Amino acid sequence: MAASIFSAVPRAPPVAVFKLTADFREDGDSRKVNLGVGAYRTDEGQPWVLPVVKKVEQMIANDNSLNHEYLPILGLPEFRANASRIALGDDSPAIKENRIGGVQSLGGTGALRIGAEFLRRWYNGNNNTATPVYISTPSWENHNSVFVDAGFKDIRTYHYWDAAKRGLDLQGLLDDMEKAPEFSIFILHACAHNPTGTDPTPDQWKQIAAVMKRRFLFPFFDSAYQGFASGSLDKDAWAVRYFVSEGFELFCAQSFSKNFGLYNERVGNLTVVGKDTDNVQRVLSQMEKIVRTTWSNPPSQGARIVATTLSSPQLFAEWKDNVKTMADRVLLMRSELRSRLEALGTPGTWNHITEQIGMFSFTGLNPKQVEYMIKEKHIYLMASGRINMCGLTTKNLDYVAKSIHEAVTKIQ
Amino acid sequence: MALLYTRRLLATPRLVAAATRASSWWSHVEMGPPDPILGVTEAFKRDTNSKKMNLGVGAYRDDSGKPYVLNCVRKAEAMIASKKMDKEYLPIGGLADFTRASAELALGENSEVLKSGRYVTVQGISGTGSLRIGANFLQRFFKSSREVYLPKPSWGNHTPIFRDAGLQLQAYRYYDPKTCSLDFSGAMDDISKRNLLVYFDMAYQGFASGDINRDAWAVRYFIDQGINVLISQSYAKNMGLYGERAGAFTIICSNAEEAKRVESQLKILIRPMYSNPPLNGARIASIILNTPDIRKEWLVEVKGMADRIISMRTQLVSNLKKEGSSHNWQHITDQIGMFCFTGLKPEQVERLIKEFSIYMTKDGRISVAGVTSGNVGYLAHAIHQVTK
Repeated sequence: MAASIFSAVPRAPPVAVFKLTADFREDGDSRKVNLGVGAYRTDEGQPWVLPVVKKVEQMIANDNSLNHEYLPILGLPEFRANASRIALGDDSPAIKENRIGGVQSLGGTGALRIGAEFLRRWYNGNNNTATPVYISTPSWENHNSVFVDAGFKDIRTYHYWDAAKRGLDLQGLLDDMEKAPEFSIFILHACAHNPTGTDPTPDQWKQIAAVMKRRFLFPFFDSAYQGFASGSLDKDAWAVRYFVSEGFELFCAQSFSKNFGLYNERVGNLTVVGKDTDNVQRVLSQMEKIVRTTWSNPPSQGARIVATTLSSPQLFAEWKDNVKTMADRVLLMRSELRSRLEALGTPGTWNHITEQIGMFSFTGLNPKQVEYMIKEKHIYLMASGRINMCGLTTKNLDYVAKSIHEAVTKIQ
Repeated sequence: MALLYTRRLLATPRLVAAATRASSWWSHVEMGPPDPILGVTEAFKRDTNSKKMNLGVGAYRDDSGKPYVLNCVRKAEAMIASKKMDKEYLPIGGLADFTRASAELALGENSEVLKSGRYVTVQGISGTGSLRIGANFLQRFFKSSREVYLPKPSWGNHTPIFRDAGLQLQAYRYYDPKTCSLDFSGAMDDISKRNLLVYFDMAYQGFASGDINRDAWAVRYFIDQGINVLISQSYAKNMGLYGERAGAFTIICSNAEEAKRVESQLKILIRPMYSNPPLNGARIASIILNTPDIRKEWLVEVKGMADRIISMRTQLVSNLKKEGSSHNWQHITDQIGMFCFTGLKPEQVERLIKEFSIYMTKDGRISVAGVTSGNVGYLAHAIHQVTK
């Protein structure tokens, strides 16, 4: 029999974060804790469907006038407009001047991919695959794959995390921007940097923006945690809005997976800010072509939930409240973990746990210590030392703190 | 206040010159041509003629011309609402109950392929997304050729999907405009090469003849003949789940071990596209396929849709005869599925639009789903007027 055409297809390694969860599931130890995947958990360690989402889903289910017809290629208009408004602010000059647009996408990933595909085709010339794309070190590991698969040939890193001082390496970052070829694309985390939880301060953002403007660098924001990071939508969108006020044209890939808890409905939006209406319209028309060959038109359920919520003052208020509930629990777990480590006298400093923001914390644990945590203590975290604060509960805080203490003191 | 700045140009030949006024990054971005099918709907919407008909877009309509939400879909949705499930991420490959049931639907539950496990099925974003996953996979792993053969004509979106995936398009003869039917000898001539990779696009299983097994005959026959096919499935039409984007992509492999390797690579492709698929449509479809009495109801409903379309075809032909048309309209009832290639020429289509407010694409394709017992007479009359 002729050999299969696929006989040479190699086995790909599993995606690390999902493998971690798979290993966790198979672990029979009753003390096990999953600090891996980035999804919110309640203090009972359970997924949480936001009360406002439940309410809106019931409204949708009861509405017999709704059907399952195709959405337009660019998505549900009420969703796109409201989603962009959330990112840019009600009083955004760009919205007033009608020079923004949105593309409803399959989660934040989908928004990044549509933006990347567009940039490869139309930015800095036509089909210029040589335009450098800069991604922070470290970053969400899928950023790299998105831009590679979109066809970019020159993916580079920019300094971000200073391991020694456990904070932002601003000078390294700015140096990289000074040295980057003009017109390079920079992927910026709008807030709650994944995985470090370390964001630039407003002053630092101003410095970043100044360099980017002078050197004609393109800002591509990834906003996956708006509201979830600080508890305030406006605060978490400060950087994006600052760049808009400074006159930048930019993209912002928004995800509603975390702040709406709509992970599996794949709700995202690519917000485009341009110089004027005409440019934005042409950009959207070309993005439409890209969407048409990727998924034709986006899924309706999640977009309906978000659009309904954002366009009703009462539901919007309820949503903000739900978001604050999540953000507050994360903040509480941060302070509780830090105080325990300090009380135990765990070597090192632990203020970074409360200074970092969002779902994740870069603990500073090294790979050997991480391995100890997993193998000996059945506490699952990424090899980078990244933990998901949502995996902490009042019940497991003591165990996790003690285990970190052991790992740091026993393993070097 | 927007700060205006001038851009310096990179000294590379590929960079298009920026506009001379203070400019946007996007000054050189051309307006994309309007989608021909959407353009039809747009024009239809603007038309104030009460007799207007939209025969452009391929979405099913009931005999009142309204969208139809299947009862089995409503039942599945009620079950979902009552269960209060969480919204956690699906695995990259999608909902397992859904993908397994999808494979069974396509291959037949007694398929040796299913028993041996020598296949992989991943959830895709309806038909388009499933096709695109396959196209990207072939571009990455099918080293024997870069050329994809599409029938002439084919769905308009096939070409850009494969092109965007990095493949090249060729055509094989398919439709004979003289007979308005299959150019079998032409197709055979163009297809007679060896070692062809076969990729089935199955968007209408059940919806075409009313019988899910009959509509899957070709796919199953090829597999029985030892051809390891690729399959893209859509639940947009046969379950009316259009906007929920429920679909699946399958590769038949030599053995289960190969299937695992292939699956791991599909995940690597999917993750940087959209990470993991949307749940809602897949969950509805899964409940329908996996719950015996709901599945039975679905089979009746999909047959109902197919029967209505077949009946509209029949009525259109008989109405044309009544109008006194001397042309041979047999192809209208010979053809199957949602669409009909009427054989009308662009000038005739133009007249139908302008004089009768009947909208269709320039190639003379009509969506039979847009025809009702209320307007079939008007349609026949109009067609006769422009063809007599």
